[in-house]
Amino acid sequence: MVEHRPWLTFLTHAVLIMGCIIIAFPIYIAFVASSHTLDKITSTFPLLPGKQLLENYSRALMVGSKDVGATAGSMMLNSLIMALGITFGKIFISLLAAFAIIYFKFRLRMFFFWLIFITLMLPVEVRILPTYEVASDLKLLDSYSGLIFPLIASATATFLFRQFFMTIPDELCEAHRIDGGGPIRFFFDILLPMSRTSIAALFVILFIYGWNQYLWPLLITSDERFYTLLIGIKQMLAVGEGQAEWNIIMASAILAMIPPVLVVIFMQKQFVKGMTETEK
Amino acid sequence: MGKRVVFKNKILPYLLVAPQIIITLVFFIWPASQALYQSVLQEDPFGLSSKFVGLDNFVALFADDIYLNSLYVTVIFSFAVAVISMSVSLLLAVMADRAIRSATTYKALIIWPYAVAPVVAAVLWYFLFNPTVGMVSFFLHSVGYEWDHSLNGFQAMLLVIIASAWREISYNFLFFLAGLQAIPKSFIEAAAIDGASPAKRFWTIAFPLLSPTAFFLIVMNIVYAFFDTFGVIHAITEGGPNGATNIMVYKVYSDGFLGLDLGGSAAQSVILMVVVISLTVIQFRYIERKIHY
Repeated sequence: MVEHRPWLTFLTHAVLIMGCIIIAFPIYIAFVASSHTLDKITSTFPLLPGKQLLENYSRALMVGSKDVGATAGSMMLNSLIMALGITFGKIFISLLAAFAIIYFKFRLRMFFFWLIFITLMLPVEVRILPTYEVASDLKLLDSYSGLIFPLIASATATFLFRQFFMTIPDELCEAHRIDGGGPIRFFFDILLPMSRTSIAALFVILFIYGWNQYLWPLLITSDERFYTLLIGIKQMLAVGEGQAEWNIIMASAILAMIPPVLVVIFMQKQFVKGMTETEK
Repeated sequence: MGKRVVFKNKILPYLLVAPQIIITLVFFIWPASQALYQSVLQEDPFGLSSKFVGLDNFVALFADDIYLNSLYVTVIFSFAVAVISMSVSLLLAVMADRAIRSATTYKALIIWPYAVAPVVAAVLWYFLFNPTVGMVSFFLHSVGYEWDHSLNGFQAMLLVIIASAWREISYNFLFFLAGLQAIPKSFIEAAAIDGASPAKRFWTIAFPLLSPTAFFLIVMNIVYAFFDTFGVIHAITEGGPNGATNIMVYKVYSDGFLGLDLGGSAAQSVILMVVVISLTVIQFRYIERKIHY
């Protein structure tokens, strides 16, 4: 630091610790609630974890809440399938599209580029009903393809790869062509290995995006077998006048947080890179 | 755009862009044009007949008190989410930037709520403020303030704002911290030698240099509050009580999906599209400017 000001250093840490506590507080309380019996939660407010932890989580995972006909285990699997499907689907089609747009000259190239660009301006939220109608015409309701395909067109991923391909020196491509290599070999042997870090950064961002999808699964799933965990949690809350099973709901909420939070914690460097480079 | 050295192939490029283009056409362009088309039609709820009504759906919307209320609610909501989450995260980022040695630890502790889905964030805060079992509402009761967001519109609004802003703090923090760390230390040191206090250095050096970051974040926060907070509203208030938290995205969903008013819902979708398009244009114009910096 520029100068020594002990009270300011103290204030700095005090504010930061307060900030961390406020940020973690709701999650801590959820964790505590997920480790008690329902009676305990509704009668007093326990501040320390209780002994029901394993029972609650195993009930959530294996049996499920009584208000939803699916277990958190199977819903987590659905969330995982959807998240990974969206992640890999987006990366795959964006890599191909960016490759075509950068490394080939063809008619309609700019037209396609702008077509992809427009998808930035059309999030699911602004075309709810018509997209639902398309999905229903294509018989995609209550299916994994229905959960995944409508969400995998991505302008951001295509732009990121386009940006990255532009920085790859032309000499690499020239050398490859002098050696007699074709475009497909070039893509797999040179482009793909070089894009590893961009792919990893995108993976983190897109996995979180996919796992946290809510509106689209809400529209197209009516069969419990295809509920994602986030939809299931909302269903557990919607008990009307009855008593919500808070211990199971909180256990499910914690379970819903674990995969994306783990991805962020263990791939923090890629996460920060992905955030700042894709700008969402 | 494009490379100097390119491959020559007549068919391959079309095959490569095909998956992306097909998905875009089927799930983006076609539905969006349907929304445009339906917004000028009036259809009966069974979809048996429809007639062309021009801009009547839009005129009806802007004459409708419920829609105007939704517009007003959306503006208040997104403004509050942006202001609260940005000011908290700016404070934390400035502090983390000062705490040089422990900055990375604090960063790790602050950024991870970004991974928590908006609807999960909503459930956590709903639990804390639940009038029957919530810890915070019980505390408020004991100091003499009655909390029931299912009856009180102001409290409902406050709760969805807190739940939405809480998650967005980590996003803003990340960008503010990166912005602060990019400011050359020599500026700060020169000002310190001239006798400027830390507060003065912040307001005259760091704050102006952060303005591009802040501007970008305002746009991103508004986009987030407009569109990504659907789960928060749906889980906590379902637009209620009495429309107090009925933001535009939620209204498109409830009118179209629950109320089956196709024309009205499509017209609202078109208005939202205009909002996204303007926000995207603003953001890209800003990015253009950043390149010339």
